[in-house]
Amino acid sequence: MNSATNASLIGARVLRKEDYRFLTGSGQYTDDVSLPRQSYAAFVRSPHAHARIKSIKTDKAQKAPGVLAVYTGEDLAAAKVGGLPCGWLITDVNGKPMKEPPYPPLARGKACHVGDRVAVVIAETLEQARDAAEKVKVDYEELPAVVDLRKASSSKPIHDIAPDNTCYVWALGDKAAIDAAFAKAAHVTKLDFVNNRLVPNAIEPRAANATYSRADDSYTLYVASQNPHVERLLMTAFVLGLPESKVRVVAPDVGGGFGSKIYLYGEDVVVTWAAKQLNRPVKWTADRSESYVSDAHGRDHLTTAELALDKDGKFLAMRVKTTANMGAYLSTFASCIPTILYATLLAGQYTTPLIYCEVTAVFTNTTPVDAYRGAGRPEATYVVERLVETAAREMKLDPVEMRRRNFIRQFPYQTPVALCYDTGNYEATLDAALQLADVKNFGKRKDESARRGKLRGIGYACYIEACGIAPSNVAGSLGARAGLFEAGEIRVHPTGTVTVFTGSHSHGQGHETSFAQVVADRLGLTIEQVEVVHGDTSKILFGMGTYGSRSIAVGGTAIVKALDKIVAKGRKIAAHLLEASESDIEYDRGQFKVAGTDRKKMFGEVAFAAYVPHNYPLDKLEPGLNENAFYDPTNFTFPAGSYVCEVEVDKDTGATQIAAFTAVDDFGRIINPMIVEGQVHGGLAQGIGQALTEGCRYESSGQLVTGSFMDYCIPRSSDVPLFKVDTRETPCTHNPLGVKGCGEAGAIGAPAAVMNAVTDALGVKDVPMPATAQTVWKHLR
Amino acid sequence: MTIKVSMRVNGKPVSAEVEARTLLVTLIRENLRLTGTHVGCDTAQCGACTVLMNGRAIKSCSIVAMQAEGAELLTIEGVAQPDGTLHPMQAAFKENHGLQCGFCTPGMVMNALDFAKSHPDPTEQEVRESLEGNLCRCTGYHNIVKSIMAGAKAMGGKL
Repeated sequence: MNSATNASLIGARVLRKEDYRFLTGSGQYTDDVSLPRQSYAAFVRSPHAHARIKSIKTDKAQKAPGVLAVYTGEDLAAAKVGGLPCGWLITDVNGKPMKEPPYPPLARGKACHVGDRVAVVIAETLEQARDAAEKVKVDYEELPAVVDLRKASSSKPIHDIAPDNTCYVWALGDKAAIDAAFAKAAHVTKLDFVNNRLVPNAIEPRAANATYSRADDSYTLYVASQNPHVERLLMTAFVLGLPESKVRVVAPDVGGGFGSKIYLYGEDVVVTWAAKQLNRPVKWTADRSESYVSDAHGRDHLTTAELALDKDGKFLAMRVKTTANMGAYLSTFASCIPTILYATLLAGQYTTPLIYCEVTAVFTNTTPVDAYRGAGRPEATYVVERLVETAAREMKLDPVEMRRRNFIRQFPYQTPVALCYDTGNYEATLDAALQLADVKNFGKRKDESARRGKLRGIGYACYIEACGIAPSNVAGSLGARAGLFEAGEIRVHPTGTVTVFTGSHSHGQGHETSFAQVVADRLGLTIEQVEVVHGDTSKILFGMGTYGSRSIAVGGTAIVKALDKIVAKGRKIAAHLLEASESDIEYDRGQFKVAGTDRKKMFGEVAFAAYVPHNYPLDKLEPGLNENAFYDPTNFTFPAGSYVCEVEVDKDTGATQIAAFTAVDDFGRIINPMIVEGQVHGGLAQGIGQALTEGCRYESSGQLVTGSFMDYCIPRSSDVPLFKVDTRETPCTHNPLGVKGCGEAGAIGAPAAVMNAVTDALGVKDVPMPATAQTVWKHLR
Repeated sequence: MTIKVSMRVNGKPVSAEVEARTLLVTLIRENLRLTGTHVGCDTAQCGACTVLMNGRAIKSCSIVAMQAEGAELLTIEGVAQPDGTLHPMQAAFKENHGLQCGFCTPGMVMNALDFAKSHPDPTEQEVRESLEGNLCRCTGYHNIVKSIMAGAKAMGGKL
């Protein structure tokens, strides 16, 4: 669709500007970047989950054909390269800081998980680097591996700093008051479950290609990252000790992230440091096997959850105890995921007055665990929505009716777990979902399935999420070690076309289109007249990056704030050109009009005057039309929605198919419904993947059993249905676009809906995720 | 030791010196610098490296370059018309929002081109079966399925 200047572009299904390059093979991902005098890195990784490194012999590798260098952790330490920092300090129940073990980019002294980086070989070609990596001889002394979450705190320590393998014990809520409420409850529902460990699996593997210029002692790092500025900040300030002005980080086209590309990884540090040592560009691209052992994983909680209810099914209190796996080291945001982004969401859509959550974070000899699409909120939703559905079944109440009895209806609503919901209408999304899913005829469909020998079940999930991360002062008081604002710049060119610079990186979300819609709509331009630039620290002011469904709510608002400044200056220029008072100038989509007259100047004329200031108030106003804005949100946004899932289970094989999936979401105002629907579809597939197909497994020695696409099943096309999706709108009250964010919703709401449907079909209280055919079959016996 | 291989790629004759172990996808990406063909795994599962060899969709990560000696290859860079106009299957992906991050997209399109030759009006089920060897993590396949159904119709059984 081509945009017309007279129709609003907000809410229009504008086809994506970025598609042409991707459809013609012209996208440029990190591995596509090849530089003059390119060299290639291959990492030597630990085959053991836990082992002392007694010695590393590199001489044979050093002499192998094409090899330029071999480095180990000792080389990096000698060069004073620091460890990878954690960006969020959690304070434990005793007021003490969490335990932060050293996380060297290349292991020193011992390896702590299968895939831990032990050495790097850099050579003229990739094949030479890989061949030589096999000649690095590491003498390991195997140590007992800590793998089972249940036994972590009683196992021998992985890190000296954490003798009980515990990073922190953290709690939220008044336990005594909650225990008292439980004692008086008419009914208590209790569930014990594992929120299964997941591997993000963006289809583009991680990659990094660094180059160094002796001429000005500067570095450029091309990297598959969701947040190039944060990558630069962490790497320069904490690891390499370089001025930020000497390091340019470019995240070009990035093939999906889902959280796994938020973090600063050791490989990025090593290639950047090595580029200077060798005075050559150094490129590393993960193969999929490396991705499985080195990309941060997600979820992995062991939880006991209880809900106390009165005799009418009103929620009185919730008590949750979770053990969360950090893996072997603390990844960039690992510590805040099972705390700040988890416990605070346990109110869900309900008026539960008392909530207590205790989280024990433990170290294990597994790959580090961090944010994966939803990050804490899918885990919270799973707790709440499995409890609610189970309680309804136990009390013989309709699960829909039970939800209605407990919905929050007054906004703003202060939850007992710190968050204040600004707006929402949970009845509206639920009613729409029930209708779209044709729930009233479920009985007929169940009978029809039964005639074919299949068990049909229905399940619901009404989720809430906190997006638009985050008010920096709030985050700071909770332990964040960085701000969480976003930056934007509007550069108006002399002819009135515009380049937008945003700190919100796009790796599938379509920012180049939806952000252009926001700008084109405000300035009365066509989509084609607006270019959106992201992902390059040398071009963009600053950025905190893309995660937590924050792009449109925080990054989009920064752009709106910059637009406000553009319009304000344009008004002054127009007043001068029209010989009118500034206060008489009205602005609407690219037209500056003198109120009550037909005299006007178009946006392009004002832009031209700003750059060719022949008739211009130079004594009062600078020429040019270019504005920056930083925006720090005043609250989180609270997308919410209602999901209905129907499954069909084959009694003989246990195979479970999604028969229908309906999602009605409230994302506030929607800029591009086509893009939003696509985000929901993708999130749903990942949520369904968690529920039915995806489970990361380690065997007891710490070997990753599910280390390829053949062992770890991300959904294939036949695992998911065509989705029924719709939206309802309660605009966010505290940002000018009224937007809330949509990127994670599907992954947050889907697992509980699917598992509620599976347990309904089977008539059992609980089935562990993933509900594979084998697991379901066992529950049928 | 290297070996010379010759083939036609996107209508043009090419030759390159490769090692015996060099994969076809490496020849395409590194020797020919046609970087639209992607590598997403190392077990021939994801399909991001799919190209047409002698008209059939193959995973270029799972054969060595020498096996393509004398072959006619089509990669994503050769699908649009010379003036840049999108092929009907590419256009269908755009119209139906059948891509997000774009990384799996070339493989999806190449596989769909082969499939659509023999399926001018496919059902949803047929399309899903055809995607068995192509993984996408962004779209939930919903819009990819719609794209291929629309693209196949637009192609009318002809490449």
